[in-house]
Amino acid sequence: MADLSSNLAGIRSPNPFWLASAPPTNSGYQVMRAFAAGWGGAVWKTLGEPIVNVTSRFAGLNVGAIKMIGMNNIELITDRPLADNLREIAECKAAYPDRPIVVSLMTDCTRKSWHDLINAVQAVPVDGFELNFGCPHGMSERGMGSAVGQDPELVEQITRWAKEASRVPVIVKLTPNITDIRYCARAAVRGGADAISLINTINSLMGVDLETWNPIPHVDGKSSHGGFCGPAIKPIALNMVGDCARDPQVTVPISGIGGIANWRDAAEFLLMGATNVQVCTAVMRDGFRIVGDMIEGLNNYLDDRGIAAVGEIIGKTVPRFVNWNDLNLDYKIVANIDPETCINCNRCWIACEDAAHQCIDRLVDERGHTTLKVDEEHCVGCNLCSMVCPVDECITMVRVDSGESTHTWRERLSVPS
Amino acid sequence: MANGQKEKGLRRLRLVPSRMDSSRGLGPQMAEPMTPLDVKVEANRCLNCFDAPCTVACPTSIDIPRFIRRIAAGDLAGSARTIMEANPMGASCARVCPTDELCEGACVYAPDNSPIRIGQLQQHATDWLIADGRLLFKPGPATGKRVAIVGGGPAGLSAARDLAVLGHAVTIFERDELAGGLNTYGIVPFRLPIDVAVWEAEQVRRLGVDIRTGVTVGTGVAPAALRADFDAVVIACGMGVVPKLGIPGEDAAGVWDALDFIRKAKLEGAIPGLGDTVAVIGGGNTAIDGATASKRLGVSSVTMFYRRGPDRMTAYNFEIEFAKTEAVEFRYNVLPKRIITSGGRVAGLELIRTDPAGTAKPLAGTEYTVPADTVILAIGQSRFTALLDAFGVVHEHGVAVVDTGMRTNVPGVYVAGDAMFRAGAGDAMVVEAAQRGKTAATSIDVWLREGAR
Repeated sequence: MADLSSNLAGIRSPNPFWLASAPPTNSGYQVMRAFAAGWGGAVWKTLGEPIVNVTSRFAGLNVGAIKMIGMNNIELITDRPLADNLREIAECKAAYPDRPIVVSLMTDCTRKSWHDLINAVQAVPVDGFELNFGCPHGMSERGMGSAVGQDPELVEQITRWAKEASRVPVIVKLTPNITDIRYCARAAVRGGADAISLINTINSLMGVDLETWNPIPHVDGKSSHGGFCGPAIKPIALNMVGDCARDPQVTVPISGIGGIANWRDAAEFLLMGATNVQVCTAVMRDGFRIVGDMIEGLNNYLDDRGIAAVGEIIGKTVPRFVNWNDLNLDYKIVANIDPETCINCNRCWIACEDAAHQCIDRLVDERGHTTLKVDEEHCVGCNLCSMVCPVDECITMVRVDSGESTHTWRERLSVPS
Repeated sequence: MANGQKEKGLRRLRLVPSRMDSSRGLGPQMAEPMTPLDVKVEANRCLNCFDAPCTVACPTSIDIPRFIRRIAAGDLAGSARTIMEANPMGASCARVCPTDELCEGACVYAPDNSPIRIGQLQQHATDWLIADGRLLFKPGPATGKRVAIVGGGPAGLSAARDLAVLGHAVTIFERDELAGGLNTYGIVPFRLPIDVAVWEAEQVRRLGVDIRTGVTVGTGVAPAALRADFDAVVIACGMGVVPKLGIPGEDAAGVWDALDFIRKAKLEGAIPGLGDTVAVIGGGNTAIDGATASKRLGVSSVTMFYRRGPDRMTAYNFEIEFAKTEAVEFRYNVLPKRIITSGGRVAGLELIRTDPAGTAKPLAGTEYTVPADTVILAIGQSRFTALLDAFGVVHEHGVAVVDTGMRTNVPGVYVAGDAMFRAGAGDAMVVEAAQRGKTAATSIDVWLREGAR
């Protein structure tokens, strides 16, 4: 059994799977159920001045028969009184003292508001604060959430105010709705953040109802932009986590968020530099029970490789995440189609023919039987054929260069020809 | 009268497609409509192969991945159009095609025993179209040319549909009260409801095709008159009655031609006086239909007697399996020798065993008798030889000789469907008949536009 325990800026948890600040952490009832299911920690749904929510709040992105590969959300921060939330936090901590409860916060952009809120909340035992600088909908129109997170100066300023008052680690949650997330990450570090968490949700409009022409989801016929999350955003989140992880000025640990639905997703975030991960949409789809699969799956993965502790894999892929200019131009792979497992769907052929480089030949023998053959001389190794192939391992990409030479664009520019 | 029946059928159909023909269906359909969830999962499972093997395997070359993709994308009109454009019998073929030997057998998932359920998805799309009621196709600009079609079955209707779309004026001469041929009269209702067959004929009629029912070419209308009045003729007369076995007792009450039996069961929903025991002679799909219809009509013991082994039966595998689930019994390598009668009625059957090697040679001294109250004969169909002769069409034992374009030796006379299917040379499937009808239409169009007259 591998050691799955996690330590994010001094916040210790029995495993790296936390619930993100979101509808699943709205109440003590839910967090108790989550801890009973095995979640390592929870970031309590954002506290602040209670607000009023609209009804009709979420919408799902479906692809084919698969529901909710993404989700759009226009629910705001907690709509329950601060006193109720604090009492329930204390009850959860009493029941599960080994599970960290980090409280997400959002309030007006004044030093006093932040001090007052932090002091009120840390009257009960909490393990950390997460500053919600990311929420893209509703609150941002009132100068909070991502309105703060999009301005590095405000990020730094408010982080500093929070650190002045807080007796526990402060995590700054970053918005992806920005050109380069590293500027705000660096600002959080300058302001004294103990950790950063990313990404918050992405500005989105889920769709338009083709019967009524209403936007989706609609509130009495109208909608506003929401925050997009779920498996569909994982590549965006992973890129931003990687960007922060390899930035020399981002010197604090990272809590990875964005489309994590199973242990594999989590392991990828850890390898890309996250110290732990936070999950929301997968729970909204399948309930708290999924954490058991995540814990066991990650443990089996580590055990199979003889890795004693999850901490050993954190950041291991970060050095391999570089700029394009540093990629080896001499590396060459080509597609190889295994005729034994090929089911003759010709999906690779049409994809290459119409959308890549016309490098798969359909050959017909005298009996009319067709086979596919890669034109290795012209194949650019783009991977498209292997991506559209329905059979695992039928199309593999095979290395054909010597493997001995390395030549990057950066080198090419620096060496006179 | 005939029109009145059609309209009545259509109205019922549009109300609740999933309960089609419940009054005359003789019980549940072999393939019930898919549930919406099933449709969604199944349609999205299709890999959308390029140059898809299912389409290659379809005699009418329906672009199957396209119609499935359109179901998945919520465009049922587009899906149904894709089907019906390629196959004017698309709704009935969804139900009667041996899909495991055609599209589904060719599916890339078939080796994994999980082919896409193409037939059922096709039924879903065509059921939608039937319920929607829209007309998908329009007659083309009039060419001024006239084409006569002898027989309003799958081949004749398919030829008529394409000819009408190409702008030719088409008249179908149909001897029965309803068009549709075997689809209407010769396939059990729990496999193909009569309303589906009638709907398909109705789509052709709505294109302006003049379907004259109750008219027999040869007796009611002279072949020479058709040759004189029309620019081209398609003979799509199908086949005739089930021939006699030539054994004693065949004229007794209780001996049925299987096609007459199925027609009565399908139209009337009941056949009194069948008794407790039915013997079916034959091993084809019509024999199976006679047997399963007997079960659905309430007969407790139904047995099929076939002169060769199970592997030689011409019935589709799914039909045979279905018959077994309906508790039809099978006896192989036996030949009827005599129908035992009592007071002019069937009382039993004397059988003789045949060579187990499958040669159908009777083995002397192996005679035995079984009780039977009804005997249904389904040993093939006779040919309309005289009709072909009347048109001067060259034939071999009643099977018209045609080229790949369905052209006969007589310029302007074409033959499609069962009338040109040779026994043993491919299956006389509805989908094949539809394709031959289409081919004839294409040939005629080329010929007429070249100014043959």
